[in-house]
Amino acid sequence: MSVMRTFSPFLAVMLVLPVACGGGAEQDTGGTPAGDANAYTVPADSAAVIAGVVHFEGTAPTPEPIDMSDEPTCVEKHPEGPAHRRVVVNDNGTLRNVFVWVREGLGDRRFGAATDQKVIDQTGCMYEPHITGVQTGQALVFRNSDGLLHNVNAQPEANRPFNISQPTNMDSERTFSQPEVMIPLRCDVHGWMEAYVGVVDHPYFAVTGEDGSFRIENLPPGDYTIEAWHEQYGTQTAQVSVAAQQTGETTFTFNAGMAGRPVPLGPPLDPHDHGPVATAAAGGAH
Amino acid sequence: MQSTATMDAPLHWAGHGEPQSFMRRYIFSTDHKIIGIQFLFMSLLFLLVGGILAGIMRWQLGYPSQPMPGAGVLPETMAVDGIILPEFYNSAVTMHGTIMVFFAIMPLLVGVFANYLIPLQIGAPDMAFPKLNMMSFWTAAPAGLIMLAGFFVPGGHAAAGWTSYPPLSATPEYSGVALGQQLWLISLIILGFSSLMGAVNYITTIINMRAPGMTWFRMPLATWALFITAILVLLAIPILTGALIMLLFDQTIGTSFFRADQGGSPLLWQHLFWFFGHPEVYILILPAMGFVSEIIAAGSRKPVFGYHAMVIAIAGIGFLGWIVWGHHMFQSGMNPTLGMTFMATTMVIAVPSAIKVFNWLATMWRGDLHFHVPMLNAIAFVAMFVIGGLSGVFVASTPVDIYLHDTYFVVAHIHYVLFGGSLFALFGAITFWYPKMFGRMMSEALGKVHFWLTLLFFNLTFFPMHQVGIGGMMRRIYDPTQYEFLAPMAPTNRFITIAAFLLISTQLIFAFNFIWSMFRGKQAEPNPWRANSLEWSVPSPPPHGNFPAMPQVYRGPYEYSMPGEREDYMPQHVPAGMPASSPTPVHAG
Amino acid sequence: MTHWFPISISTYGGDIDRLFYVILVITGLIFVIVQGALIYMVLRYRHREGRKAYYIHGNTRAEIIWTAIPFVIVVFIAAASMGTWRDLRDTSRFPAPDVEIEVTAKQFEWNVTYPGADNRLGTEDDFTRRNQLHLPVGRVVHVHLGAEDVIHSFFLPEFRVKQDAVPGMRIPVWFEATQTGTYTLGCAELCGLGHYRMRGTVTVHEGAAFDAWSAARGAVAFDDETDPEGRMATAGASARSAHSGH
Repeated sequence: MSVMRTFSPFLAVMLVLPVACGGGAEQDTGGTPAGDANAYTVPADSAAVIAGVVHFEGTAPTPEPIDMSDEPTCVEKHPEGPAHRRVVVNDNGTLRNVFVWVREGLGDRRFGAATDQKVIDQTGCMYEPHITGVQTGQALVFRNSDGLLHNVNAQPEANRPFNISQPTNMDSERTFSQPEVMIPLRCDVHGWMEAYVGVVDHPYFAVTGEDGSFRIENLPPGDYTIEAWHEQYGTQTAQVSVAAQQTGETTFTFNAGMAGRPVPLGPPLDPHDHGPVATAAAGGAH
Repeated sequence: MQSTATMDAPLHWAGHGEPQSFMRRYIFSTDHKIIGIQFLFMSLLFLLVGGILAGIMRWQLGYPSQPMPGAGVLPETMAVDGIILPEFYNSAVTMHGTIMVFFAIMPLLVGVFANYLIPLQIGAPDMAFPKLNMMSFWTAAPAGLIMLAGFFVPGGHAAAGWTSYPPLSATPEYSGVALGQQLWLISLIILGFSSLMGAVNYITTIINMRAPGMTWFRMPLATWALFITAILVLLAIPILTGALIMLLFDQTIGTSFFRADQGGSPLLWQHLFWFFGHPEVYILILPAMGFVSEIIAAGSRKPVFGYHAMVIAIAGIGFLGWIVWGHHMFQSGMNPTLGMTFMATTMVIAVPSAIKVFNWLATMWRGDLHFHVPMLNAIAFVAMFVIGGLSGVFVASTPVDIYLHDTYFVVAHIHYVLFGGSLFALFGAITFWYPKMFGRMMSEALGKVHFWLTLLFFNLTFFPMHQVGIGGMMRRIYDPTQYEFLAPMAPTNRFITIAAFLLISTQLIFAFNFIWSMFRGKQAEPNPWRANSLEWSVPSPPPHGNFPAMPQVYRGPYEYSMPGEREDYMPQHVPAGMPASSPTPVHAG
Repeated sequence: MTHWFPISISTYGGDIDRLFYVILVITGLIFVIVQGALIYMVLRYRHREGRKAYYIHGNTRAEIIWTAIPFVIVVFIAAASMGTWRDLRDTSRFPAPDVEIEVTAKQFEWNVTYPGADNRLGTEDDFTRRNQLHLPVGRVVHVHLGAEDVIHSFFLPEFRVKQDAVPGMRIPVWFEATQTGTYTLGCAELCGLGHYRMRGTVTVHEGAAFDAWSAARGAVAFDDETDPEGRMATAGASARSAHSGH
C-alpha cells in the first residue's frame, strides 16, 4: 500500500520534471473549491436534521495515566495528572469523542467549502480537541501553545502525508483534499499524543461532546446511512430517513466489550508500543 | 615512454580557422578549456548556494528560534515568521554538505582543473574524447538543476544528512520527505555518470596523449594528482551509484536492501557509502595537493623537493584510501575487531600526508619566496591542512572517537580539510590559472585582502568548533540550548555564527574580484608567474587546439633556479641553451 | 568561552580522556614544530634582491626520516588505543553484569526497560520508563541497545559512552558509574526533525535506593532524592551539587 503512495509522486516527477518546481502542490487544492458555482445549497424550507445520542454500556475503563515527567511545563497543565483520552465516558453514561457522519445518501451533490478554520491546539502535550472533523479543503490550523517542540505527523492513505514541526509557539495550517475517515495524528516527540481527524467532502458530521449528543443540521431530505466511529470500539451504522424540516432521531450504543474490534484506519497506529524490537536478528557484530 | 606521443586525433593540429557559431563555441563546446570554464561558473554558483545554506544553519545555532533577518520570504514549510523550522534546518544541513561536496568542491577540483589543465600540461590539443567531455558537463548541469528543484517540492528537500543513512532516508514515514529525497538520489545518480565520463577522459588523455618527451615522471604534480584522482573517481562512483539505486528502490518500489524490518541491513548502506565516501574524501584533497605543489614550486623559485616521493605519496594515499572506510563506522555497531583493523589503516594513511607536508616545507627551504596571492593561499593550505590532519588523529583513535564521534570536533576536522585545505588551494589555483583562462590578471590587492580576511575568519569560525566538540556538542542538532550541558556554549556558538557570517561576506570580495578582473584586470602575459609547465608556453588564453605545433618536452616541470642559467626558471619545452622566455613551443620536426 | 570535557563519571572515562591528552601532547608538539618551520621558511626565505633559490631536487635520507618518524608515532598511537578499545567493546572482555537494562530508541524518545525485582530482563515484572535512565552507582551495567525505526545514537557524555542504536540489531554496551548525580542522555545521530530534542535524564543512585525502586517496579520514589524537581533538569547544577560528596 505504501509502495504505490510513494511511487506515484516519484513517477510524476520523472514525467513532469520541468514543472516540478512548485507544481506538485496542485493536489492539495482539490476537493471542493470555494465559490464553486455547481455547489449544492439546501433550500431553507426543506432543511432536515439528524440528531441523537451515543450511549455507553458497562463499566468505563480507568483512564491510563501518562508518564509526562520529563516535560514539566506540560505536567503543570494537568493538575489531576495527565491521562489518555482514548475512552471518555460522560457522567450521564454517554460516550464522548465519537465521530458521527453521513456516510451515504447524499448522492453526487457537491457542497461548498467551509470558509471557517478549525484549530487543533497542542497544549499540555495533548491534542485539544482529541477528535476533529473537517471538510475537504477546509483550513485546519495546528497550534502549539506549549512553547516546546511538537511535531504533527500525519500518514493518511488517500491524502498527502505530512510531518511538520513546531519548535516553539506557532500556528501551521494544512488542508486535506480527499475524504478520509479517520486520519491519525501523532507527535513523535511525545509518543502519548494522539488525535484523529475525520475528513469528509460535505458539511454533515459531528463529534460527541460532554453530553454525548450529536446533531447534524441543514440536510437535504432523504435516506441516509449514518456512521459513528470510535477509536477503541470501532464503527456502527444506522439508516435514517428524514423529510423536509423534520428531525430524525437515532442512537448508537457502544460497550466495553467492543474494545479490540478492528478500527478502520489507514496505517496501524501504535505510538506507545514500547515492546521489544520487532526483528529478532541479534547484533551481527558480536 | 616516448612513444606516447602518437596522437589519436592528429586533425586537431590543423584547420581551426573555420568560424564557429556562438552556441558551438561557448555553450555546446567540445573545447576542454571552455568546458572547464563552464564547470567553473557552475560550481562557483553552487559554492554560493552552499554558503547561504551554511549561513542559515549558523543563524539557527547562534540565535536559536529567533527570527532570521530575511527569512520572511521563505515559505511556511521552511520558516514560520522567520523562525527556521527543524525540518528545514535538517534540509539545510543535508544540502550544505551535498552541494559543497558534489556540486562545489568536487567539480571545482576535477571538473574545472582536470578539464582545463590536463591537455595543456601534457601538451595535447584537447581531451581524448571531446564530445564525451561536452556530455560530461551537460549531464552535470541538469543534475544540478534537479538537486536545486528539491527545495521546491512538497515535503521539502532531503533531510537525512549528506550521508543519507537509511532507514531515515529510505522511509518517508520517518523523515517526512519523499520527493525531495528521490530528487536527491536521482540527481546524484546522474551526476555520477558525468563524473565517470570525465574520469574516462582524463585517464585516457593522460595515458595516450602526452607530447614527445613528456614521460610519466616529467608530468607536473597537478596532472599526477588529477590522474590518481580520476582513477579513484572511476572506481568509487559506480559503488555510490549502485547504492543510490538501491536506496531509490527501497524508497519507491518497496525493496528492502537497507530496511531491517524486512530483512535488510542499515549498515550495508554505510559500508557502501563509505567505501565510496572515503576515496571521495581523497578525491576532494589530492588535486588540491597537486595545485599547491605547482604554486609552491613557482612561488619559491625552487624545484619541488622530493618529486618522486610526492608521486609515491599521492599513489599511496590513492591506494590506502580504499581500506580506511570503516573509520566512519567505529560507533555504528560494526564488529569491534574490524574497528581495530580500520584504526590501523587509518593511522597509516597519515604517513603519506605527512610526507607531502614535509616536502612542501623542504621546497620552501632555501627558496626565494614570492608572496603573490596564489602562494599565500598555498601556504595557508599547508598550515590549515596540518591542523585538519592532526585533528584527524584524535578521531582515528577508536576509544577517543567514542566520545568525539558525531560531535562538532568532527565538523571542525572536516572543515579544516575541505575549507582550510581544498578551498584555500582552490582560491590559490583559480588566481594562479585565471590569467591563462581569461587573459587577464586578478587584482593582487583585492586578492590579498580576501586572503587575509578569509584566513582570519576561517579560523575564528572553525577553530572554536574543536572546543565545542570536546564539550560534547552533537552534530546536526537544531537547537543546542535544549541540552542543559550545552547551554553554556551559547556565547561561543554566537561567536562562531558572527565569524561565519563575516567569512561568507568576505567571499563577496573574491566574487567581485573574479568578475571585475574579467573585464578590467591587467592584460596577462603568456607566463605571468614565470612557471615551467607547458600551459605557460602558449598565449593567455590559449587558442582552440592549444599549441601551434606539437610541443617537445626536454625536462621536468620544476627546473627553477638552475645554476648557470640567467633566468630563475627553465620551461619544459625550451631546448637546452635557449632563453627561458622563448614564447612558443619549438617544433620538434 | 572555555569549554572542555564534562566531568567523567564512568570507570573507563579516565582512560579515554588520558588517551585524548596523549594524542593532544603528540599532535600539539607536531603542530608547533611544523607551523614553526613554516613560519621560519616564510620569514627567512622571503624574496630579497639578489637572492637565488638553492637548486636541489630532494634527499632520500630526509625522505626516509620523515616517513619513518610519523609512521612510528601513528603506530604507537594505534597500539596505545587498542587495549582500551577492546576493554570497552569486545564482548568477551565485558565484566559480568550486576544490572541489565534494555534501551530502545524510537523517534524521538528513549524507552528504558528495567528488570524489576528479579533483576532479570524478559520477565513479567519488567517495567519501562520514558527518557529516564536510572542507574546504581558502583555496579556494572549492561545495556541492550536497540532501535525501532531509524538509527539513533546513545550518547552519555559524562560516561564517555556513545553507541549507535540500529534497527534490527541488539548492541551491547557496558559501563559503571563512579558517582551519583544527574547527568545527560542525548542522541548523536541525525534521526529526524525531533533529533535535537531526543534527550533523557540519567540519574545515578545509591545501590540500595536503586534496588528498592526497581523492586517496586518504579512505584516508589527514590529515597536518596532530596530534590525531586531536579530530576527534570538535564545534568542540572542543583542536582549535581546535591549529590556531590557521595
